[in-house]
Amino acid sequence: MDFGPYLFLASLEGLVQAAVLSLTALGLSLVFGVMRVVNVGHGEFYMLGAVLAWWITSLISIHPAAGFLIALVLSPVLVGVVAYAADRLILSRLDYNPEATIVATIGMLYVLQQLALIYFGPDARPVEAPFYFRVQFPWFGYSGYKLIVVVAATGLLLASWFVIARTRVGLIMRATQFDGEMARALGIPVRRVYSLVFVVGAMFAAVAAVLIVPIRQAHYLMGLDPLLLSFIVVIIGGLGSIRGTIVAATIIGMSDGIISVFFSPTLAKMVSTFLVALVLIVRPEGLFGAKIR
Amino acid sequence: MSKEKSAKFDSTRRSVLKSLGVVTGAGAAAQLAPGVLRYAHGSAEPIKIGMQLHRTGIGASYGRWYERVTMAAVKIINDEGGINGRPVEVIIEDDGTDPKRGAEVVEKFATLHKVDIAYGTLFSHVVIGSSPRAGELKLPYFVVSEGHHVASGRLNRYVFQPGITDVKSQVISMAPWISDNLGKKVTMIFPDFAFGHDHRDYFSAAIKKQGGEVLELIPIPPTESSFTRYFPRIPAATEVLYHVMVGPGVLTFVKELGQHFGSNRPEIFGFIDSLEAVDLATPQLEFLEGTYFWEGNPRYAQPNQTEYDKFYREKVGVDDNGASLSDAKDTSTYAHMFGCWETLFIIKQAMELSGYQGRTAADKQGLIEAMESLSTFEEGRDHPQGKKIFNGKIHQSFGHQYISRVQGGRLNVTHTTSIEDGLYEPEADYTRMPL
Repeated sequence: MDFGPYLFLASLEGLVQAAVLSLTALGLSLVFGVMRVVNVGHGEFYMLGAVLAWWITSLISIHPAAGFLIALVLSPVLVGVVAYAADRLILSRLDYNPEATIVATIGMLYVLQQLALIYFGPDARPVEAPFYFRVQFPWFGYSGYKLIVVVAATGLLLASWFVIARTRVGLIMRATQFDGEMARALGIPVRRVYSLVFVVGAMFAAVAAVLIVPIRQAHYLMGLDPLLLSFIVVIIGGLGSIRGTIVAATIIGMSDGIISVFFSPTLAKMVSTFLVALVLIVRPEGLFGAKIR
Repeated sequence: MSKEKSAKFDSTRRSVLKSLGVVTGAGAAAQLAPGVLRYAHGSAEPIKIGMQLHRTGIGASYGRWYERVTMAAVKIINDEGGINGRPVEVIIEDDGTDPKRGAEVVEKFATLHKVDIAYGTLFSHVVIGSSPRAGELKLPYFVVSEGHHVASGRLNRYVFQPGITDVKSQVISMAPWISDNLGKKVTMIFPDFAFGHDHRDYFSAAIKKQGGEVLELIPIPPTESSFTRYFPRIPAATEVLYHVMVGPGVLTFVKELGQHFGSNRPEIFGFIDSLEAVDLATPQLEFLEGTYFWEGNPRYAQPNQTEYDKFYREKVGVDDNGASLSDAKDTSTYAHMFGCWETLFIIKQAMELSGYQGRTAADKQGLIEAMESLSTFEEGRDHPQGKKIFNGKIHQSFGHQYISRVQGGRLNVTHTTSIEDGLYEPEADYTRMPL
């Protein structure tokens, strides 16, 4: 394949990767930014989203598009319920202590993963895409659904930016992030904000997973990759910075796509890990992160 | 108040420990019980086969079917009086399709379960990881893996692969057909570990011998979940795309291949591994119509189906389309799993030949020498896939290969290779190794 189309295909793949990664990493970043909780179990919310999407679509045997849309709504809600339970039963009882919550979320990772293995089984399960068309470029064909994933993810990111930057709920979240104690003193129910943020963070991962599952299939071990990539993105972008998360996800997603196509996926992973090391040395707060006060 | 609380905590901890002890004791008793009961009834002590199973991890769909086939074959063996008058008992340990755990499982078989033999491994990296330990523990180890590692001589005298052919034999037997019928300029896509490397090395050599060439080699990590980014490396001059893929991503792989090429595709020759446990009628796989697959054993019942295949299909619970009788969506790993069935009957044959009695060094030596003395397995109920020639020096069987074409959403066999097509000069001689 010539260089031009080659680069074009690589960029398309990178865009899909970046779109899904932005959503997943945004969830992780929100949770850290507002709650100061490093959620190591974040990838399992992603896995759970995909697995539930398979379960929902296999339960209802109507048109695949309708089944998929129901899953797109229902699966994140169910994941949100699980996250709410985890917040109430585990995180809040640890007083959101940063060290204790890391250990607790590692535990959650294994519990969720093994529960999925027990009840869902070890097989990869396909979910049918809501629609299927092939975009035929002069040099190669491409899945139309993948392009829709990019559009949908961009829409969701814009919507979440609007909520955080322009609405009262967003204002309360930002206030809690900026200074939790002051927010409490001003009458903001910080605990409830924490619960809300944890649920929303998990739902972001679940939505990303439902969008990707018709492309990649649901599997109980699928949470690991997005977790690592999300951490990479969040470290580069700056923990807690939403703008940073989106910029970093785009950089990592695109470079991953392009380097994977031109060289090898292993080199792409090496480059992103190298970037993390570089950022940690040169600018530990991340590209857009605020200096720690 | 605080004293009371700590006392309460103490008692809880103690009771927890106590109940833990009870549970452990019960577990141990449960493990001992079956043996004890058997002695009490006066029947013979069973021959224990430790099955190293890919129950979880990337080999899980194979594992599920390997287990079913094993249970079906063992039931027949036991119904017919067992081996040397002793019943066969299968003890399963999950290796997670992980080489490190594989070696631990072998160890557990030898020291904890005290099995007579270990058996049943598919994924080549697990075989390679487990074999040295089996050799050190002097535990006969029967794999159903396809890899060339057994025949290559790099393992040890305790490892056998009698029930399924190896990749080297498969590809050299089919290379002439591919170059005559599909084309000479080949691009290969294969998983980047031992099994895929066998394909890379032996098929490349075999196609060169036919006057063909390999234009590009595209290795893919076995845990990969996205494949589109590899496809631009397929050169435009490719006449035949040769693919073999394993793991949970196989369906994504073929779907993305279809999206990439559409109807404008080169000839495609795949190993059915790329579609094992996947229904051919899945949406978006229509582009495979007219492409070719290697099959170790034809998934769809063919017009000239033998009575043996019919019997085998029924016993392992598979319908004429290669899916489970109880769930039409549960597609089997038909091209590979016959190896379990055949291996078990070969083990029985060798144990009867050597008069195998128990886990003594002499009995194990006798079993291994008996295995090495075998030479032919005739097609029949015990060998439903077809006749095989066994080479005792390299511990490897040679048999027929099937090339099938996708027609009307099913696989029809269009060419069957002869056993001779797949023979090669032995590269090793295990019989010279000390026991």
